[in-house]
Order: sequence, then C-alpha cells, then structure tokens
Amino acid sequence: MLSSFLVFVPIVGALLVWLLPWRGNQAGGIALLVVLAELALWVGVVANFDYAAPGLHYDTTAVWFESLGVSYKVGLYDFSLWLVGLTVGVAAAAITYGLWVGRERPRAYFGLMLLLTGATVGVFAAQDLLLFYVFFELMLVPLYVLIGVWGGARRSLATIKFVIYTMAGSLLMLVAIVALGLTSGTFDMTRIGTSSSLVMFLGFAIAFGVKAPVWPLHGWLPDAYREAPPELSAVLSGVISKTAAYGFLRIAIPFFPEPVDDMRVTILVLASIGLVYGSLLAFRQPDFRGVVAYSSLAQMCLITIGLFAVTDSGLNGALFLMVTHGLVSAALFLLAACVEQRTGTGELAQLGGMAKGRPVLASMLITAGVIALAVPGSSAFAAEFLVLNGIFPRGWGWSVVGAIGIVLAAMYMLRAISATLHGDRGPAVRELQRDLRPVELGAILPLVAVLLLLSFWPAGITDHSFGGSPAASVTSRFEGP
Amino acid sequence: MIDTPTVDWAALSPYLALLGGASVVLLGAVLLKRGRNAFGATVGALSLLGAGAAAIVLYTLDEEGTGILADAVRRDRLGDLSQVIVAAVGLLAVLVAYREPSREERRSEQYALILSAVGGMAFFVAANDLISLFLGLEWFSISLYVLCALGAERTTSLEASLKYLVIGGFSSAILLFGGALAFGATGEVGFAEIGAAAQSADRLLLVAGLAMLLVGLAFKASAAPFHMWTPDVYEGAPTPVTAFMAAATKVAALVLTLRFLTVAFPGEAELWTITLGVVATASLAWGNLAALVQQNVKRLLAYSSISHAGFLLAAVAAGNELGGEALLYYLIPYAALSIGSFAVVAARERELARPVTIDALAGFGWERPFHGAAMAVFMIGFIGLPPTGIFLGKFYAFSALYDRGWIWLMVIGAVFTAVSIYYYLGVVRAMYLRPRLAAAAAGGSPPRDLLLDVAIVGALVVGVGSFFAADPLIDVIEGAVELLPYPF
Repeated sequence: MLSSFLVFVPIVGALLVWLLPWRGNQAGGIALLVVLAELALWVGVVANFDYAAPGLHYDTTAVWFESLGVSYKVGLYDFSLWLVGLTVGVAAAAITYGLWVGRERPRAYFGLMLLLTGATVGVFAAQDLLLFYVFFELMLVPLYVLIGVWGGARRSLATIKFVIYTMAGSLLMLVAIVALGLTSGTFDMTRIGTSSSLVMFLGFAIAFGVKAPVWPLHGWLPDAYREAPPELSAVLSGVISKTAAYGFLRIAIPFFPEPVDDMRVTILVLASIGLVYGSLLAFRQPDFRGVVAYSSLAQMCLITIGLFAVTDSGLNGALFLMVTHGLVSAALFLLAACVEQRTGTGELAQLGGMAKGRPVLASMLITAGVIALAVPGSSAFAAEFLVLNGIFPRGWGWSVVGAIGIVLAAMYMLRAISATLHGDRGPAVRELQRDLRPVELGAILPLVAVLLLLSFWPAGITDHSFGGSPAASVTSRFEGP
Repeated sequence: MIDTPTVDWAALSPYLALLGGASVVLLGAVLLKRGRNAFGATVGALSLLGAGAAAIVLYTLDEEGTGILADAVRRDRLGDLSQVIVAAVGLLAVLVAYREPSREERRSEQYALILSAVGGMAFFVAANDLISLFLGLEWFSISLYVLCALGAERTTSLEASLKYLVIGGFSSAILLFGGALAFGATGEVGFAEIGAAAQSADRLLLVAGLAMLLVGLAFKASAAPFHMWTPDVYEGAPTPVTAFMAAATKVAALVLTLRFLTVAFPGEAELWTITLGVVATASLAWGNLAALVQQNVKRLLAYSSISHAGFLLAAVAAGNELGGEALLYYLIPYAALSIGSFAVVAARERELARPVTIDALAGFGWERPFHGAAMAVFMIGFIGLPPTGIFLGKFYAFSALYDRGWIWLMVIGAVFTAVSIYYYLGVVRAMYLRPRLAAAAAGGSPPRDLLLDVAIVGALVVGVGSFFAADPLIDVIEGAVELLPYPF
C-alpha cells in the first residue's frame, strides 16, 4: 500500500489544489504541505525498509486489464527508493522556490507541479510495463503546460520540440512494450523473461535515449532547459532525465541481455561522444543555465556509460551519480534562477563580482559547483570514480574518455562560477542586489546539505542498493540470486 | 392467408422505444402550443434511455442471440452493446442540442430525427442480411441528411446536407450494387448463407461485390480515400448534429463492417484484411496530415475523426478476436471524446455567434476554466495520452495487430500518432498559451447551459472512466464479440 500512497498523495494533492477555491498564495502553501507530507512518508519508508531482503517491497497488485495480462502493480526496490527520494526532495525545493517567486495562476501552476511529481514517482514505482508507460507519458502533460504557459520568450518552439521528440521516441516504445508483453504472456515486470530481439531493445533504448537525453537525441534539450521556468528546469534535469536512466536500468538492460552485449560498443561510443561534446559546449555557453543544461547532457552520458558497463562498480556508480547529479543540477538551476532574478540576466558576460557582499549566495554556488566538478572527496567524485572503475574491464579506453569528461567538467564549472562570482563587478550587477533570502536558502540549502552528507557517506546509498550485488541483481532481473 | 413470421416483440423493444418516441415528439410538435423544445427533449431523452435500458436487459438475458423478423435481423450481444453505445451518444446529442439556436418550428424535428437516426443505426448494427443492411443504412442516412440541413438559415448547412445527400446517395448505390453482385454470385442474401455458399460461387462476381460493399461501408465510416465529404459536412452541419454524426455513425458503420466481413466473407479473409489494412493506412496518413493545416476547429476534428477511423479499421483488419475487442473498446472512449469536444465547440460557437477557429480559442482555457479543461482532456485523450480510454484502445489495437503479426501497421499507427500531437496540442496551445482574444464575446458572459455541461461531464466520465474501469468494460465487450467467426 505504501508505494501506492507515494504515487497518489501528490496526485490527490493536485486535484485538491485544482478543485478547491484557494486564493493567492494558499494554493502554493497547500502544494508545499502536500509535498512535505510526501517527503515525510518517504523518510518513513527509508527508515523501515528491509535492505537485506531481495526483490520488491511494499507492492500492491490490482486487476486492471485482465484479458491481456496488464495489471496495476506498484512496488519499490531498494535502488528505486533513492530515486523516489530524489524526486520528492527536488520537487519540494522547486515548489518552495515557485512559491517564493510567486507564479501567475497559482492553482494551475502548483497543481501541475504536484501532478508531475506524482507521475514521476509512478514511473519509479510501476512494476507493470503498461503502467510504467502510462506514468512515463503522464509526465509529459504537466511538463508541456508548465513550459508552455510559464516559460520564457521562446517557449512555444521549446515545447513543440520537446513534446514531439519525446512522443516520437515513446510511441515506438509502446510498440516494443506490446511486443514484449504479448510474447511473455504478461506485462508484469517481475515475471517477464529475457528477450533477444534487437528491434524491441531499440524501441526501448531510443525512447529512453531521447528522454535522458543521450547524444545525438538531445535536440530538444537546450531550448527546453533554457525556456522552462527555472525551478522546472531543476526538476527536468534533476529528476525527469533520471526516469530515462532508470528505464535503462530497470527495463532495457535486464530484459535484453544479448542485445545489450551486441549494442554495447555502439552505445558507449555515442555516450562518449555525448560526454565530450556536452562538456565542450558547456564550456562555450554564454549563459549560466546553458552551462548547466549541457553539463547535464554530459553527465547523463556518463551515467549511461556506467549503466551499460553492467558491472558491480559501474551500476553502483551510475545509480549514485543519478542521485548526486539530480541534486547538484537542481541546486545549480535554482541558484542560476536566484542570480537571474537579481540581475535580470544569465549572460556570463554581464555578470561578475557577485561574491562581494553576498556570502551566502557565493558559498552555496561554490559548494554546489565544486561538487559538480567532482572534486575528490565529493559525492560526484565517488560516483564518477565508480563509473570509471566499472567501465574499465570493458576496455580501458572508455575510462580515458570518462576521465577527459571529468577534466572538462572542472573547466566549464570553474569558468561559470568565476564569471559569476569573481572578478570585477559585471554591468548587470548592482550593489543593491541582495544576498539569498531565507526562503531561497530554504529551497537550496537542503539539497546542498544532502550532497555534503552523501560526500561523507556514499555507502549510505551504494551499500543500500541492489542488495549489495548490482550485476547479479540486474542479471536476475532484480528477483534475487 | 399469407404466413407471417412470428415476431419477437421483446427483441424489437429498442427499435419500438425509439420509433415510438419519435412519433410522440412529432405529435407534440403538432398539438402543443408552447414548450415544444422541453417536451421534445424530455421525450427524446426518455425514449433513448428506454432503448438503452431495453438493450441492456436483452444483453443480460440471452448469451447466444437469435434471429428475429425471419432472420433478417439478429438480436445478439454485439448488437445490444452497440445499441447501448449509439443510444448513449444520442442522449448526449439531445443534451447538446437543447439550446442550439434554431427556429422554433424545427425544434421538435431535431429530436425526432435524432431518435429516428439512432433507431436506424440500432437496426443497422443488428442487420443479418443484405436487405436489412441496406434498409438500416438508408434509414439512418436519410435522417442524417435532414438533420444536416436543420440550420437552413446558413448556406453552409444546406451545402453540407446537399453534399452529404449526393455523395451519400452515390455510395449507397455502390453498396446496393455490390450487394446485388454478392447475391448474384451466391444466390443468398443472409450473411451466414453467403459465407456458406461462397465456396461454389463465381469468385469474380463475389469479390467485385465485396469490394463495392466495402466502399459503401468505408464511406459511412469516413475512411480515406472515401472521406472527401467529411470535413465539409462536419463543418456545415449544426454542431450538435456533427457531434452526433461523428460519434454514432462511426460506431454503426464499423460494428457492422466487423460483423458483415467476419460472417459473410470468411473465405476471402486474406483479401479483406489486407484491403482494410491499406485503407487504415490511408486514413491515418490523410487524416493526420490534413489536420495539421486546419484552422476551423470543426474541420480539424473532422480530419481527426478520419484518422481515428484508420485506427479503428486497423483493429478490424487484424481479423482476430482481439481486434474485435479492440474495436468495441476503442469506440466507447472515442465516441465520448468526440461528442464532448464538439459540445465544447458548440458552446464557444453560441458565445461568439461565428464559426470557431483556432484563433477564436485563444485564452479560452483561462476564460472558461471548465470548458477549457474539458477540451484539453479531450485533445490530450485523442492523442492517446493517459488518462483516457483512447490510450488503452490504441494499446489494444496494437496488441491485435501484433497478434496478427502486422508490425508494419503498428509502426505506421505510432508514427502518425506522433504527427497528430502537433494539431491536437495546437488546440491546447491556443487555449492556454496564447493571450486572450480581444473583444471575445459579444455579450460578456456566455449563456448558462446546464444540459450542455452535463453532456460534457458525461463525456469526461465515460472517456476517463473507460481508462480506469477497463476490466469490467472488457468483460462486457468479450461477451459481445466472442461469437463472431474470426478468420485469424
């Protein structure tokens, strides 16, 4: 039952926000309460979770579509628990920030944010292929409206690109889902066997590759990340992209062992190109959000590399990097929003010298930025080290490319940080512009604090995932050895 | 003395309720001085409810089905279920039509004609030989020709009616000719008898007859390339009539196509499934591509209905039981969504007193939260995104095609669904993303129309409910379609 609660608390919250006549800030307040309640529920689940037992926890099954073997089945694995936590945490930060900035038409806005949260948790909890697809598609609806209504000046193009890219990918996935489900005789993800069909694998892989995105399927990314309201960019790059990585981990890799072996080199080549290409473009971006957007592309490619290594270290690292990168990029997008709100621009050329007189903003930005560039000792370092270590057995060359990506990350992050904080005061920076306000800090500090915690204690996640043996767990399709 | 066949009056009760209702409405038009509209709507709604209830009772009473009226018509669960759907569509259409501005003296006629058209469709879906097929077709078609002309003040309405009459008459002639050829080849008119006699028949005559019958049915289902009339007629007809036609005609035409082809032409199954696959592809392509450039929302929805005809025909083309289930399942949310979306268009049209274009919907979502949100759900549902039944319908149709091994048609369906996102979201974009129309309404707030809102709520409940309550619905559908002799 608890998994169902985690999925439906935000969705019911969304209905409450929409249907009741809240005034002014009340809608946002209710949304924040709902998401905090959800967070408390998640903490309860984490505290009581039995990490020693393999397989699915807190699962619920109900008949939905019996004649074809489709059911409503939700549940949580130990590793999906962390992604649910990431979702709820980032959503709480984003809603807090949205409440602080004050969005027009608050009922519609906050209801959609809650719906998005519920749908994303649904993706991580669904244990039936069709149900997974339903939640995967349901995420699109709030995203479309949120970018389209509350986005920046070029939002119309951004939304069309985003929706058509992702739908084209996921409709082919629907064809693959039908094929996989009907050949297995069930859509229950815990009972489906493996398949050797390359075409079906590609149906899934392309859909996830678009959503992640992995080079060369990233055409929608720069526009969507730039034009979305900043707190939504935080959710998009922090959480929504992780649903795709989760799809690789939960579906594409365990159900298609042979195609994964056949396609490994191709996918690793694409991901390596994406890693270097994204990092180089991040280095060349004129604006702060552009840097974070392209760095997100690079990091998703690194996660993909870790996943397709299908080694203990690679899978552990990829999962840990999903959580770390989710928190980092959410924090960075929110910080970018705070800077933009003060100066009216994200252009790095217009910024500079913001550290002076704004110690809180500066320390937050530097902490998040330094974690993002994987300074040794940070959680991102731990994650990236695991990924490089995990891909090494598949060929040392991949690790070299990964290491280059990490060097490039240092270049683009340091450039963005120093162009914003250091040097002479830029043309758009005025003395009157204030430091982070308490509410802004309240949205960003928890994300950074969790990052610091994970930097000290990566085992908090890596020792509590995959029952301790990732590769075996993926090979056994998470049902335990 | 002439021997008359025994008449099973109970099995005829849906038709009797509808025809009786239509007569009472017309009598009311003659006898009543005032309140004809309310009287017509009430009697219409009651007799549609009665017909639906009778069909439900018949569904529950008898599993096997029997031939009635000397086997000219078959009373079985497939017919009963289709009659329930058509009657429900008629009921929603009555609600939408209640406040449609029209001349007082035509008020009663609109209800009587809706009842008669529903009666014709109810007869059509149960047809068991070529003669009752043709009779049913003409019965509901003639009602629809007149319904289209009800807005006779507008030349577009007359044009729509005339166009529908001329092209419809032409297609009926082709269908009749095809029926004659099939009769000539086999010497039989009953569907099952044609199927049995086909072995020894002249194959050229039989296939020519089958082809012409298919053309006539594809015309009624508005499948490409026999769809030319659809956009003009949907645009010109009064909007409640369009809503009714879009939803109900498709149900009737496709259910009969399924019944007719499986029962009468099992021997030619390879031929007609491939033909339908090609027609489905053409409808998907033509409907979706042409919809991309439409400005008038009614035309856009017309092309959308052509594209959905493609999906529905793909389910029939699968030629297996899953396909039959997929067809019946898909029709339910499809009918709900299309009548609901036309109801919203009708509301906007009455408010603005001019045809509704995409531009006329600018800012509509914020201005009229309920209608806007409903329209957004309908559009998102038509794409096939959750949570409406169309999503499961497409999934079901894909499953049927996969079962048949026709992955090519699945991919075509997926690709054109991706195309359709652009125009369906175009409507949502206009409603929510564009600034409110300057000088939108002439008179400020729109006229309150409780019944229209009830119809929209009903469409929402069915459209979304069929997604959540798929399992009980499919149990009912399985009962209806399992008796047909599927070739694959």
